[in-house]
Amino acid sequence: MIELQHVSKDYATRHGDIRVLSDVSLRVNPGQKLGILGRNGAGKSTLVRLLGGAEQPTVGQVIRHMSVSWPLAFSAGFAGSLTGYDYLRFVCRVYNVPTEGKLKFVLDFSELGRYFYEPVQTYSAGMTARLAFAVSMAIDFDCYLIDEIVAVGDARFTERCDQELFGRRGHKAMVMVSHNAQFIQQHCDSAAVLHQGRLLHFDSVQHAYDAYHQILHSPVEQRSEA
Amino acid sequence: MQQASGSSLSSPLVAWWPGLRVQFRVIGALLLREVLTRYGRHNIGFLWLLVEPMLFTGLIAWAYSSARAAGVQTVIPIAAFAVTGYSCVMLWRNMPARCMGAVTPNRALLFHRPVKLLDVYFARIILEATGATMSFVALALLGIALGWMPWPQDLLAVCLAWMLLAWFGLSLGLLLGPLSERSKWVEKIWAPLSYLLFPLSGTFYLVSSLPPQAQEFVLLLPMVHAVEMLREGYFGHLFAARYSVVYLVSWNMALMLLGLSQVRLVARTGVRL
Repeated sequence: MIELQHVSKDYATRHGDIRVLSDVSLRVNPGQKLGILGRNGAGKSTLVRLLGGAEQPTVGQVIRHMSVSWPLAFSAGFAGSLTGYDYLRFVCRVYNVPTEGKLKFVLDFSELGRYFYEPVQTYSAGMTARLAFAVSMAIDFDCYLIDEIVAVGDARFTERCDQELFGRRGHKAMVMVSHNAQFIQQHCDSAAVLHQGRLLHFDSVQHAYDAYHQILHSPVEQRSEA
Repeated sequence: MQQASGSSLSSPLVAWWPGLRVQFRVIGALLLREVLTRYGRHNIGFLWLLVEPMLFTGLIAWAYSSARAAGVQTVIPIAAFAVTGYSCVMLWRNMPARCMGAVTPNRALLFHRPVKLLDVYFARIILEATGATMSFVALALLGIALGWMPWPQDLLAVCLAWMLLAWFGLSLGLLLGPLSERSKWVEKIWAPLSYLLFPLSGTFYLVSSLPPQAQEFVLLLPMVHAVEMLREGYFGHLFAARYSVVYLVSWNMALMLLGLSQVRLVARTGVRL
């Protein structure tokens, strides 16, 4: 179980503090697939950082009784001069998992071949995405955070990602954050909408979808300052 | 919030142990990553860690020795004077330098829950301290082998002074690192300030060789105490060292407290972009 209790998050900007999330509460139970819809700048990534523990809330509490992944397919941890293998080793060390046991899986899944031992800066976008996803799948978590899975790689790779994530890990909890309503509808059993820093809960994915559509087609409002 | 909370924990150490183990593991992983990203796998690789400060100190020591050959007289063996002085600067100045701006390149790693901001700083500090220490030891051994430097009189005192100075550099790094994230001024001001502190910090002089008023002034600087202590350990009573361990330790503790609180603050509030 992960719970956010009345969480708010401020960021300092040049024009004073801005409240990016205000009074957000949510709960993720084991096995639950929660989708969070929101358009660009709604605070989705901030919410993911708080759920994952990369940042702390300004107000409120985050309670975690499940192990939570880093945002899936997240590749920003790659340093250009490091190889794919170095990255895997780093992640395995941090999570205390023997690298050898994961090597075959990551090599097979990423299909990088000998590039696995070359610096990441020589990779194409597709290769980077394959490595990021493969390493994400190498560590076992109770809950996976999925921040805006964009369709990288070819159809075959997308299909294998789906298989790995929603097939083999279908029993795990997942929090998916996206502006893509179809994706959320397809994979989630519950959904909420993030709008102007507030999280609106709905009793069904369909209702959340409808509300999100209304928001999408309403005129853009300026973010209010805290 | 933590998963590990045993039921019958007899002492605080037992309670901290699981957390400490995670922290050691994470710092180790960050260290290896840091070594690879900084020095890569080409040519001498991580040996640069040792060679970089060694080249700097070695060249200066060589220049000093040449000056003596040209007729400048000193009580203290000049090569040893230069090596002890410059190694100390490497130690206290490089740690803060590497801590400033350390968040940006490591930001993404904080998405891995076991990785904390403090670990990022520790990894960089340990790497710098290791490089400076290895360079000092290697240069001293080289100097001794070549007959340019004597063997230290009191090895334990040298080690102790070195550790106190490393503690000072660590604390300063933990303070300036997070402060540099809060304001861009910190890095800009530290650059000239450290340049100014460099000649004042005891590298070029023995405190006892200064006029009395100047002595009181430079003894306000905590680094001077460590350098004097280290040189006393190295040269014995060839000169009258002036230092106070209590003064240095007080500075270290104050800086460390401030530093740790700043690390905590930046870790909580996130970084101003």
